[in-house]
Amino acid sequence: MKQTTEKIIELNNITKTYASGITAVSDFNLYVQKGEFVTLLGPSGCGKTTTLRMIAGFELPTEGEILLNGKNISTLPPYERPVNTVFQRYALFPHMNIFENIAFGLRQKKMASGIISKKVKHVLDLVDLEGFEGRSVNTLSGGQQQRVAIARALVNEPEILLLDEPLGALDLKMRKEMQLELKEMHERLGITFIYVTHDQEEALTMSDIIVVMNEGKIQQIGRPEDIYNEPKNVFVADFIGDSNLFNGIMTDHLKVRFCGGTFDCVDDIEKGTHITAVVRPEDVIITNPDEGTIWGRVDSVIFKGIHYEITVICGKNEVVIQSVNAPKVGEFVGLQVDPDNIHIMATGDSTNYFMADIRPDFRLEFNGKHLDTSVTAIISGSSRREDGMLVNSLGDAIDPARTKIMIGIHPKDITMTDQIEEGLIDGYISNLVYKGDHYSYVIHTEIGQDFVVDDEYLWNMNDHVGLIMPVEKMTFKLK
Amino acid sequence: MKKTIRPLFIILVLVFLYAPILLLILYSFTDATTIGAIRGFSLHNYVTLFTTEELRQMILGTLWLAIVSAILAVLLGTFGAIGSFYSSKKINIFMSSLNQVPVINADVVTGFSICILLVEVFGIDKNTFIPLVAGHTLLCAPFVYLSVMPKLKQMDPYLYEAALDLGATPFKALNRIVIPQISSGIISGFALAITLSLDDYFIATYTKPSTFDTISTYVVNATKGAQTTIKTALWALCAVIFVIVVLVVTVSNLRTMRNSRKERAGI
Amino acid sequence: MQIFKLSRKSLGIPYGIFLILFVVLPLLVLFYFAFTNGQGHFTLANLSDFFTDPNTLGTLFYSFAVALVTTALCLLLAYPAAYFLATSSLKQKEVLLLLFIMPMWINFSLRITALKEILTVIEGNLARYPFANAVVGMTYDFLPFMILPIYNTISRLDPSLIEAAKDLGANERHAFLKVTLPLSMPGVISGIAMVFLPAMTNYVVLDMLYNSTYIMGSLIGSYFSAYNWHGGSMIALILLAIIILFTILTGTDQDDRASGTGGALL
Repeated sequence: MKQTTEKIIELNNITKTYASGITAVSDFNLYVQKGEFVTLLGPSGCGKTTTLRMIAGFELPTEGEILLNGKNISTLPPYERPVNTVFQRYALFPHMNIFENIAFGLRQKKMASGIISKKVKHVLDLVDLEGFEGRSVNTLSGGQQQRVAIARALVNEPEILLLDEPLGALDLKMRKEMQLELKEMHERLGITFIYVTHDQEEALTMSDIIVVMNEGKIQQIGRPEDIYNEPKNVFVADFIGDSNLFNGIMTDHLKVRFCGGTFDCVDDIEKGTHITAVVRPEDVIITNPDEGTIWGRVDSVIFKGIHYEITVICGKNEVVIQSVNAPKVGEFVGLQVDPDNIHIMATGDSTNYFMADIRPDFRLEFNGKHLDTSVTAIISGSSRREDGMLVNSLGDAIDPARTKIMIGIHPKDITMTDQIEEGLIDGYISNLVYKGDHYSYVIHTEIGQDFVVDDEYLWNMNDHVGLIMPVEKMTFKLK
Repeated sequence: MKKTIRPLFIILVLVFLYAPILLLILYSFTDATTIGAIRGFSLHNYVTLFTTEELRQMILGTLWLAIVSAILAVLLGTFGAIGSFYSSKKINIFMSSLNQVPVINADVVTGFSICILLVEVFGIDKNTFIPLVAGHTLLCAPFVYLSVMPKLKQMDPYLYEAALDLGATPFKALNRIVIPQISSGIISGFALAITLSLDDYFIATYTKPSTFDTISTYVVNATKGAQTTIKTALWALCAVIFVIVVLVVTVSNLRTMRNSRKERAGI
Repeated sequence: MQIFKLSRKSLGIPYGIFLILFVVLPLLVLFYFAFTNGQGHFTLANLSDFFTDPNTLGTLFYSFAVALVTTALCLLLAYPAAYFLATSSLKQKEVLLLLFIMPMWINFSLRITALKEILTVIEGNLARYPFANAVVGMTYDFLPFMILPIYNTISRLDPSLIEAAKDLGANERHAFLKVTLPLSMPGVISGIAMVFLPAMTNYVVLDMLYNSTYIMGSLIGSYFSAYNWHGGSMIALILLAIIILFTILTGTDQDDRASGTGGALL
């Protein structure tokens, strides 16, 4: 593929706010180079389609400018923009045959009919639909309609081809085929593609550049490998591929502690920084218990066709592993991760998170001790039904036995005490760092969960302490 | 017994609906002046129907009125529906509610109110035909609006955008994409407008020039009068209309049947 | 801002103006005339006259009686006919349905003329049974409007509902009473709306059948002939109030009339 460094389209500080007050896209900055295959990837409602529609001209940005080859096209109507769209549900004109559908754009340019026929025939060849000119739209299968939609856009020789989830309506097998075909078409034609999808696998397979979006904002821009291997934040790590996410702390130079064990790593981050560690399930190695960095019991093994998906419980952490070898459920195993395969993200926020159970009386329980609050108090709008079920504000029942509550508490809100039994949980100080005006401690607990605690006073390494956590300082989230 | 009751009942209702018309048609081919007295075969009613200037004027006038007001109604109703559909919800509800008023209102009230507005308040002469055409357009346009609206709702909203994307101006996109997509609604709206105008009595009575008559107003007056030649000529008119209706229904039905068969065959 | 969307919206402007001119304005004028006298002064006399004059009250009562009996008769004929037709195993029932609708496309005045001739033969003198003639005439005129919506609702019923009822032990009669009948009520109600209201106002049917008793519509006609705009406007408003009340009570719009008559033809 020929690639120049020429910017074909630039979106500068684009914001789209609807009359209803909803902001679909905010402060969006992106440039695309000529000939690239760029994918806007994100969950539904992340603003990816709105962005595409602004490039096409169906929506006008509230703020910012769109430059095409350096020219501002922000307010140009769609019919004057040299870009064409492949719509999600194809939007083929049902009252026209295939030829007329494809010829539509050329006819708008008042092209001679001889040239039109030639061009239509050419694109039909391109999408493998030779001889379909006279067919009517509704006699075509979904895949064929898809090809016509692509041909209809391509025949206009657009500077950029916009594709709005074009494979969303196809079945899995067809989708895989079309992915490869589109990729191949892109390489052959050299046209810039901007592709919108919520399917991360599709994005990873096809794109040169992926733009991950969430809640109207760009989360990360990068090559598929970078997005996958070096996610910039928790959202990207969680959205792209399966991953295990752990809270932890840098304990030493190239040493990181999470999930109850200390691992070697390659990310050089300052000692004492709170981090989130990302480990892909296929990167966890199952070993004998004595060879593992951490240990746990196999909770479940599910056969997934190519590999097994194994869940191992290490203390309070759940580790998901993909492996071609399956251990037995209940077996005690060791786990190891190659330093290269631990991706570490410094978290601005060092909040401790842990999971609490809901007791049958709707009070919360952690580490065998109950917290002085109940579920109805912390989930807004929820109430107890007469039959003992919990109902949320939408009227959906919540089964306490199958629901967990994620509790968050900031390090400065935890107090250490010598009176072990006064604490919600107890453990040994395994790390301490001086942070200028306070010390930051890592407390390693019996259940394998580490807590980070800030304290003005100096405690000693390996001191046995209880952790007092006031309920009013906690945040709660239903899991 | 149960098996025979069902068709029997249906047949009885059909007899109730058709016996008067068919008898009238039968007697239109005789020289009888009332039904019951069998006399000889005659075509004189048809001769009167097609040669009397007064009758010809009346029939042509009715047709012209129907065509003119149906065209106006189609233009107003179709573009009204398109405009309303693409407007904000508030405007859409406002227009659809106003559109509903003539539909549920009694024709007497509609005709009377148009008459006092245009003739009494605005001082427009009924002889200009403006009140009559306005009244008939008001009678028909809401039904065009109602038959077009569902087609707009059924239409893939991205078709219009696709046309713009391919370089069509909004006018062309409307003309080449939206209108063809809702054409069945427009056509049935037009057909409905024609039948409503042809069948109207009340709006015409209150708004027509005194020298002009539609079939309805003419027939109603004629039944009160004692002129038997005209009265029996109207029987012939009934026969002619009946034949036209049967023909139109048959042809359009055969066409839809053929189309649906084609569709089923997948051609 | 959005230039190309604006053009679509603006297409509705002519019709919007048309509706304001011919729907809103006439209503305002009706209100004005109804509550003023010949000198243009505000008065409630037109309103109180209507409710104190035994003649007009009698007319209101007579209109209700005609409309009620007509609606009942239409329902009695239309429901079984529509039900038998919709549930029959005939292949060409759409053609049969067309036979029921076709009279709608023949000018009503000619159809009533035909009916009048028949009734004259049967009764000898039409003046003998004025009320019966009015009811028969209106039934004859409006019957298709009752059949069509009922047929449409019944034929759209999911047949598996009846099967489910029978599966659960209901016999033919019970399945009809407990499932088909309640579920066909929307069609019945919209049919009632399409028959009852015209039956209160369509005085020309009575005229043609030599029934000289007034119904509500005739009052407007008589005020119109007497150039009494104020009295006529008040009657029109009262009729409009009845219509609106009735429409709200039955909760129907007459979309059926649009979808039915036009749809059946094409």
